[in-house]
Amino acid sequence: MSLNLKANIKNPDDFYQKLIDAQRDLSEDEIQLMNAKLILVLANHIGEAGVLDQALEVASEQ
Amino acid sequence: MLNTYTYPEFEYQQSREQEQGVIKRHPVVIIGAGPIGLTAALECAAQGIPTVVLDDNNTVSIGSRAVCYAKRPLEVWDRLGVAAPMVEKGVSWKVGKVFFKEKLAYEFDLLPEEGHKMPAMINLQQYYLEEYMVAKCASEENVDLRWKHKLLNITQHDDHASLVIETPDGVFTMEAGWIIACDGANSDTRKMVDGEFSGQFFQDRFLIADVVMKSDFPTERWFWFDPVFHKNQSALLHKQSDDVWRIDFQLGWDADPEEAKKPENVIPLLKQMLGDDAEFELEWVSVYQFACRRMDKFRYGRVLFAGDAAHQVSPFGARGANTGVQDIDNLGWKLKLVLDGKAGLELLDTYSEERVFAADDNLLNSTRSTDFITPKSKSSRFFRDAVLRLAEKHEFARPLVNSGRLSMPTPYVQSSLNTDDGTEFAGCMKPGSNCADSPIVKDGKDGWFLNQIGGEFEVLVFGDAPATNTVSFNGINAKVTVVGRDLEDKEGLLTERFDGQQGAVYLLRPDQHVAARWREFDADAIQAAIAKATCQH
Repeated sequence: MSLNLKANIKNPDDFYQKLIDAQRDLSEDEIQLMNAKLILVLANHIGEAGVLDQALEVASEQ
Repeated sequence: MLNTYTYPEFEYQQSREQEQGVIKRHPVVIIGAGPIGLTAALECAAQGIPTVVLDDNNTVSIGSRAVCYAKRPLEVWDRLGVAAPMVEKGVSWKVGKVFFKEKLAYEFDLLPEEGHKMPAMINLQQYYLEEYMVAKCASEENVDLRWKHKLLNITQHDDHASLVIETPDGVFTMEAGWIIACDGANSDTRKMVDGEFSGQFFQDRFLIADVVMKSDFPTERWFWFDPVFHKNQSALLHKQSDDVWRIDFQLGWDADPEEAKKPENVIPLLKQMLGDDAEFELEWVSVYQFACRRMDKFRYGRVLFAGDAAHQVSPFGARGANTGVQDIDNLGWKLKLVLDGKAGLELLDTYSEERVFAADDNLLNSTRSTDFITPKSKSSRFFRDAVLRLAEKHEFARPLVNSGRLSMPTPYVQSSLNTDDGTEFAGCMKPGSNCADSPIVKDGKDGWFLNQIGGEFEVLVFGDAPATNTVSFNGINAKVTVVGRDLEDKEGLLTERFDGQQGAVYLLRPDQHVAARWREFDADAIQAAIAKATCQH
């Protein structure tokens, strides 16, 4: 399986608002921690090493 | 500053009622001759309702202000017979480009579908739009447009309201069965009825400049996040007619609005954007703080609020004037039925119900856009920038880019006036949606579907012609139109958009919205749906 880079979220504006709202009242450190947790939760859900490697690559692009 | 436009000066005239000192009762008085008030006057005229329109000024909008007019309001104006000069003078566009720093991040096309009379969007200076509507009002016997008439006070009674008006000749009183308040975001009418108006102010300021220049920029909406010419802020470029360009600059909350709009501060900013060699002149400059707020309800006794007086949104998405026009589209036929005694006052409360629902949709969309454009925290800024960077290369991130979700009509999917579908229909229309347009042939001539309907209830039939040509309920007549008999669906698009291949019967509201639909013609069911759509159940 390869990393899906096509649009896959049904209501992108709903998702984005939830993401931003979830951090609205947090401090900078709390946000960093929450983002780290979010990445780990989603990575676990994906599971496949090959897909995670590709995601790391995409996110590391300058 | 340069002027590409000569402002007309409309003549003040003392009214006969003021001159004679008599108190006259008018069925409908409209407050404000801006885009929404003028649309209201034309809508009432189309419905056969005489109106008096009061405006405290005597010209059109000073400065360009609203710029983008979307397909649905253009369809409403076309029904009222005033869209043609707007479309002719306006600049049609459908492609938008979003840049992040110097790179293109995302591109969209508003109307990839052919077979609609009206373009997806036109850009036109507000003064032209108003000028065309004032001219149309002048040709309508039922519209009495009165300049230099300022509303001072309203007293509400059970079956009418009294208005105290000031003119250059002094103060006088008139009465109105109904008042349509279209006097903008700072509505005095709203204050006079103690209307509740609440929401969110954004801690940011924007500079809006109209610039005259000859340029070969394409006719597209260009939006920049964090451009090199205006670091850490956003900018927007739009073409209007007469070589006038609208440019928005985000300024941030700390900017001094008075300083920012001085030409000696605006011109260097423009030069950074357009290049040192660009030849341009300023036509109009203003600084705004945006707010997203609405009234708790749009009917206060005998006063009906429409446009910015009722709801105010940030401009990203062109949802201000466009929404206001659709308020009037919704209100006109309801007011007519109430005035004619064919429906009760509850029908006017559904104006509030349906348009509050639409206002909330607009507020949600414009708040989200504003949050994306001006992130409120460091982390939301990181997310925003991450989306923009990823969008350059990766498709998945592009739908997340939000530089304004452009005005689309809000279907009244939860409206109490709808009759629910008893069976499955394909396509994107539902009870509560506005009808899709399509090319048709009528009496051997090419035409458009939306030009065949509106103003009254209609029954649209795909399939066998029923025995009757009209379905009536309580004095409300719905004319039956049979596709294939009364009009020809030459390209098959109408049948496709209404999912009529297997036969279909639609009850359409006077505002060209779907009230109910079935697979078979059943006069009893249609009568029940008319009753429901007019609050008589």
